[in-house]
Amino acid sequence: MQFGGTPQRRRTRRQMLNATMDEDSYPHGLMMYNEPPSVNITLQEFESFAFERVKVLHFLDSLSVSAVKNSTAYNEKLTEFLRKNYPGFLLQTATGREVSDAELNWRRKDHVSHFILRLAYCRSEELRRWFLDKELDLFKFRFLQESSSSIQAFLKLNNLTYEPISKEERTRYSAALCTSSYDMNEANVENSLFYRVPFIDVLNLVSSRKVFLHQGDAFVPQKEFLSIISTRFREHLSKALAMTSRALPQLDEDDRLLPMLRSFNQTAVTSAYDPKKNEGKVTVSDLEELSKISYPLCMRQVHSSLKETHHLRHWARMQYGLFLKAIGVTLEDSLKFWRQELGKGIGIDKFDKQYAYNIRHNYGKEGKRTNYTPYSCMTIITKNPPSAQDHHGCPFKHTSPDLLRQKLKSYKTSTDVIEEIITLVKAQHFQIACGKYFEVTHKMEGTSFQVTHPNHYFDESQKILK
Amino acid sequence: MPEEDKDSETVYDPNSLPSLLPIYYNYIFPYGPYCKWLFYGSKAGSGSLFEKREFSFTLQNDIYVRYQSFASEAEFRKELKKMNPYKIDIGAIYSAPPKHRNRVSGGSFKPLTKELVFDIDMTDYDDVRKCCQGADICRKCWTLMSIAIKILNRALKDDFGFKHLLWVYSGRRGVHCWVCDEKARSLSAHARSSIVEYLSLIQAGNHEKRVTLRDPVHPYIRNCHQVIRSYWDKYAIEDQGFLDEDKDVAKVLKLISDLDVREKVEKQFAGKNSAERWKKLRETCTSTYESDPKRNRKLRYTSHEIMMEFCFPRLDVNVSKGINHLLKSPFCVHPKTGRVCVPIDVSRVDEFDPFTVPTISDLCTQVEKTEITPNEKTETPDTEVQETGDSSNTKKLYRKTSLQDYMKPFDSLLENLQKEAAKQNLILQSDLKGEF
Repeated sequence: MQFGGTPQRRRTRRQMLNATMDEDSYPHGLMMYNEPPSVNITLQEFESFAFERVKVLHFLDSLSVSAVKNSTAYNEKLTEFLRKNYPGFLLQTATGREVSDAELNWRRKDHVSHFILRLAYCRSEELRRWFLDKELDLFKFRFLQESSSSIQAFLKLNNLTYEPISKEERTRYSAALCTSSYDMNEANVENSLFYRVPFIDVLNLVSSRKVFLHQGDAFVPQKEFLSIISTRFREHLSKALAMTSRALPQLDEDDRLLPMLRSFNQTAVTSAYDPKKNEGKVTVSDLEELSKISYPLCMRQVHSSLKETHHLRHWARMQYGLFLKAIGVTLEDSLKFWRQELGKGIGIDKFDKQYAYNIRHNYGKEGKRTNYTPYSCMTIITKNPPSAQDHHGCPFKHTSPDLLRQKLKSYKTSTDVIEEIITLVKAQHFQIACGKYFEVTHKMEGTSFQVTHPNHYFDESQKILK
Repeated sequence: MPEEDKDSETVYDPNSLPSLLPIYYNYIFPYGPYCKWLFYGSKAGSGSLFEKREFSFTLQNDIYVRYQSFASEAEFRKELKKMNPYKIDIGAIYSAPPKHRNRVSGGSFKPLTKELVFDIDMTDYDDVRKCCQGADICRKCWTLMSIAIKILNRALKDDFGFKHLLWVYSGRRGVHCWVCDEKARSLSAHARSSIVEYLSLIQAGNHEKRVTLRDPVHPYIRNCHQVIRSYWDKYAIEDQGFLDEDKDVAKVLKLISDLDVREKVEKQFAGKNSAERWKKLRETCTSTYESDPKRNRKLRYTSHEIMMEFCFPRLDVNVSKGINHLLKSPFCVHPKTGRVCVPIDVSRVDEFDPFTVPTISDLCTQVEKTEITPNEKTETPDTEVQETGDSSNTKKLYRKTSLQDYMKPFDSLLENLQKEAAKQNLILQSDLKGEF
């Protein structure tokens, strides 16, 4: 890709773009992003393409904590957002007619913006995971919008040439088809397309026994194709990102692109938190009360076990310590607090010798003086799962439903709400469950509070209660 | 205690193995068909599939040698006669002859293909059979193997489309299945373990209830249930008497998830025999379910779950998963029982009786009585393996022993593999010629 040049050259280039951009390069609205784009774009397009796509990915991120993926609510909200911000992603691919220039433009934008973001998000494991997740969500949403014929065309383009079974076969195996896939009944079987796929191409469906097998072929309903393709999409993108990250240091580049790329993911990933805003607002004596009214459950749990046992293991101290820093406990107060609590367990001497340093380190006063950011929900949920003697982690994820039920009961939550929360937890929607708890405890039923960071929970809570 | 086969002329004594094995490997082991199988139609000479196959031997005094390989049937025969292994295992086909693995660079010696195999062991059913435990088997519990064979055979053929299956008696307490289709041999480890997961129902470990069925019930499970049902009355009620004694009853009742129903059923057991009790159990569960299907949906398949718990095949994924896994070869002799690992005819699986399988001493005695002079000097070179003439022309002694009674499935396997290879060849040839 080359950039810039004089306005005249840019204009000629843009004409060149249109020449290379035809139906052959973009035969379908959906793509697996197998080949990088070879068009030329301007620096401005580079930035705007990427920025618009990032906005979509961010929206997907926040949506995923407030609505269940692919539910009606989710789809509606996403459609609404895309209509205003990126209508190109709402276009369905029509087969059997000519593609308009406008549509081709959208496809090119899709293609180019994806690859630009690969550069931005390949640099760390966390960024790669985030990007992969969101791109997959976007792909799935768009896939489910497409018509049967469009999907068949897409499959063909990607060398997934599977034949649908005949109507006669559908009738013959109707009973088996009904009972082998999820959510199938006679009516569905009549109306759905089933594809004949060699069983080795759908091993995940085979191992979970979620598909009908006959003579080595799996009869896969069209909606299952999403899982086959998703797996491929994920595998391919994962490999590509790893390769890109290795190639990045060798980019022969001037200073235009990399700073721009870096700025994208600063606000990306899991919402980071700036602790300076709250410094000094909270004193040690407030903590006990605050833990009951404004702490999210994860911090309340750590706080109460500290108070009870006067002991906390490493990750719990990190999780809670950084949280305290961000809600506004000063370094002196923090030292006082931990000294008081841990001291009762291990003795003041030992505390001063072994633990005080770590607290100062958390505040960036020791060692390389990094001002550590408090853990976000994503970090707490996915990193360092707690073992039996630990108290850190996300209670919605790491506590068994029965124990969680008990705990919520002891906090005087009503049974209905408890059950709602348990249902969400069992479906792996931990942050939505936490949001539900927030709503109920702050008498905000009916709104949908999105929890992405414990300190955010705390701040919002304080806002409401003051 | 297993009945002694009345036809056997000698009782097998493990101590005689060292003197019997030489006779076995000289006159009885069916080299012709065996090597024909493992060549899979490939030409003898370097690059054949046989040459790159790993064998391992267990010799006298528990000496174990791996990475044995042979370029030809003659070489194989010679080695067996020399080493007289107590046990032979078959491993994978590697990228180079295993005995020459040090001649290839480090990373490039690796396993490429191997049959898909299953090993079903009676000890895995110890918690659900009353008649025997551990290495012991009897005609009553052998039914479990018949069930396992029927279930797996149907699934591998009908669901997965495999055509060339060889079932072999393991010599003591189990059966092995070798799936020889080319498609099967080239399966990845991931595919193999996926297949095992599809076929499995019994969760590993010591749960109290290991089978739970929910709607929709997959057609594979329904098929399995039908097989089990056909054996159930004789096996579970008559032979095992699984609801006869109190402690057995308690175990079964625990499999009913609803405590009230459990009590209800138990009350009706007094003074009844296994058959009547089973009837009552089924009736109570069904009627409770039907009275409120939504609330009692857990009870819908309770009787099925119990039948599965007692009879469903237990599969060891580790045996099937690895491409380089070594499994006992057909036609070797089990050192403790003396029985030969003979092929099992699936079409007559109910007639198979592990206690009438010939032992090595039976066969050796039969050979001694047969008036044939050993044919070693007239052994034809390796090309014999390539001929498609039937082997009854060549005077192979084993065909005159009771081992011949078990050769039918093996002979059919070879015939079918050959037909398939010929068909493939025709297709290949016509593709090359451009004909259709």
